[in-house]
Amino acid sequence: MYVAVKGGEAAIDNAHRLLAEVRRGDPAVPELTVAQIREQMALLVDRVMAEGSLNDPDLAALALKQARGDVVEAVFLVRAFRTTLPRFGASVPLDTGAMALRRRVSATFKDLPGGQVLGPTFDYTHRLVDFALAEDGAPETVAEAEPREDAAATPRVTDLLGRDGLIEPSPQDDGTPLPDITREPVDYPCDRATRLQALARGDEGFILALGYSTQRGYGRTHPFVGEIRVGTVEVEFVPEELGFPVPLGTVQVTECQMVNQFKGSRAVPPQFTRGYGLVFGQSERKAMAMALVDRALRAGELGEPLASPAQDQEFVLAHCDSLQATGFVEHLKLPHYVDFQAELELVRRLRAEFEAGREAAE
Amino acid sequence: MNLADRDAGTEARRGVMALCTAATADELARALVGLGAPEAEDLRAPEIGLVMATGRIGGDGRPFNLGEVSVTRAAVRLADGRTGFAYHLGRDRCRARQAAILDALWQGDRAGVEAALAPVARRQAAEQAAEARRIAATRVDFLTLARGED
Repeated sequence: MYVAVKGGEAAIDNAHRLLAEVRRGDPAVPELTVAQIREQMALLVDRVMAEGSLNDPDLAALALKQARGDVVEAVFLVRAFRTTLPRFGASVPLDTGAMALRRRVSATFKDLPGGQVLGPTFDYTHRLVDFALAEDGAPETVAEAEPREDAAATPRVTDLLGRDGLIEPSPQDDGTPLPDITREPVDYPCDRATRLQALARGDEGFILALGYSTQRGYGRTHPFVGEIRVGTVEVEFVPEELGFPVPLGTVQVTECQMVNQFKGSRAVPPQFTRGYGLVFGQSERKAMAMALVDRALRAGELGEPLASPAQDQEFVLAHCDSLQATGFVEHLKLPHYVDFQAELELVRRLRAEFEAGREAAE
Repeated sequence: MNLADRDAGTEARRGVMALCTAATADELARALVGLGAPEAEDLRAPEIGLVMATGRIGGDGRPFNLGEVSVTRAAVRLADGRTGFAYHLGRDRCRARQAAILDALWQGDRAGVEAALAPVARRQAAEQAAEARRIAATRVDFLTLARGED
């Protein structure tokens, strides 16, 4: 049992004032603006939005400033903020097929209809520190080219494979109400929609490690990246008073279609299986790892032996949330004086009994 | 509701709403000044809330909750009784209210509002075209090489 403590108000208040001063750093160095964080630490902002489960770049940037750049602390601030707001409803499902693409690559087909575009990527860079960035300066002029005629239509790779029945179709929308882990506690085993919601907001490091573990043999799924696309999609919402889908604006998302090894039976010919990843912002690492773990979590459904952590729903879902994890780990540093007194008394009694037993034996 | 069920008027209204979501507060203010800066009363004071953004499993399957987006909504009534609504991503109450007034005005004067927003449409089209050209320059044609040991 946790017994609360009182007191320490003045010290706590002063500690927070000290934190504010330390957060600011050397006053001789200009203060960061929220816009600078949003524009120049964009991938960090994206991560806070994804794990904070709230798409709002300015809010995520402000949270990062307040949190001194600590991702989990910033996620905490964003999650706390969202609890203060009413929910107007759920969006029309995002149409990632209609994404305005900034990047699209496939590891399975080199000649995709609509083409592959690299967009702004770290891939193929030499990972040499660019000391020129330590000084102010404008980047090189961006190259431009006339978009080719076929660039307007970019079907999903999974649709191309699906035409010939070579890959399983997506699970159909049966109209059942969507489960929501922010409203109802998760009951295990849970459905794929619940798992994807948890993975989409899960800690990138944890999901990455689990995805990696499947590649190393702990729940192997033989994955290929069918397609990764990064770009903006329109969010639409149907307000009661209007009755039609109102465009709210666009958000950037990253989608990964993982194509995995076959499954077949006497009744069904062999076909590729799928894992799916979708996250706010540009984060291929997270979307890919999510797709790997999504596929691994389908082991039961696909009749695969359940032997690895990445296949264990409760293990993955109950531990993938950085905020829940940090809450329980970090609460250990709060005063536990009464609990510990009880433990101290117990260990003293056990030692006394031990000594008494030894003396009796001698 | 699918696209075919919606009438042309609703599609045009959605188009103006989309344009307003892409406009800056200054652009919306200029459009309103051009339209005589009409007075409007709040049916509902601009309010910040959330919409749960949903995706589809595999991109085209059963929906799932991706995460929330912050949204500001506003509803206004003009002196002549027309009402207008706006729902915008983000937390800018002023922009949402301006957009709601433009939505109300559009219902009586489509051509006028669309003309007032034409600069926004032009800016957006130019930016999209420039972005498409920059992205197109990164289009890649991979070649498969025969492996040496084969």
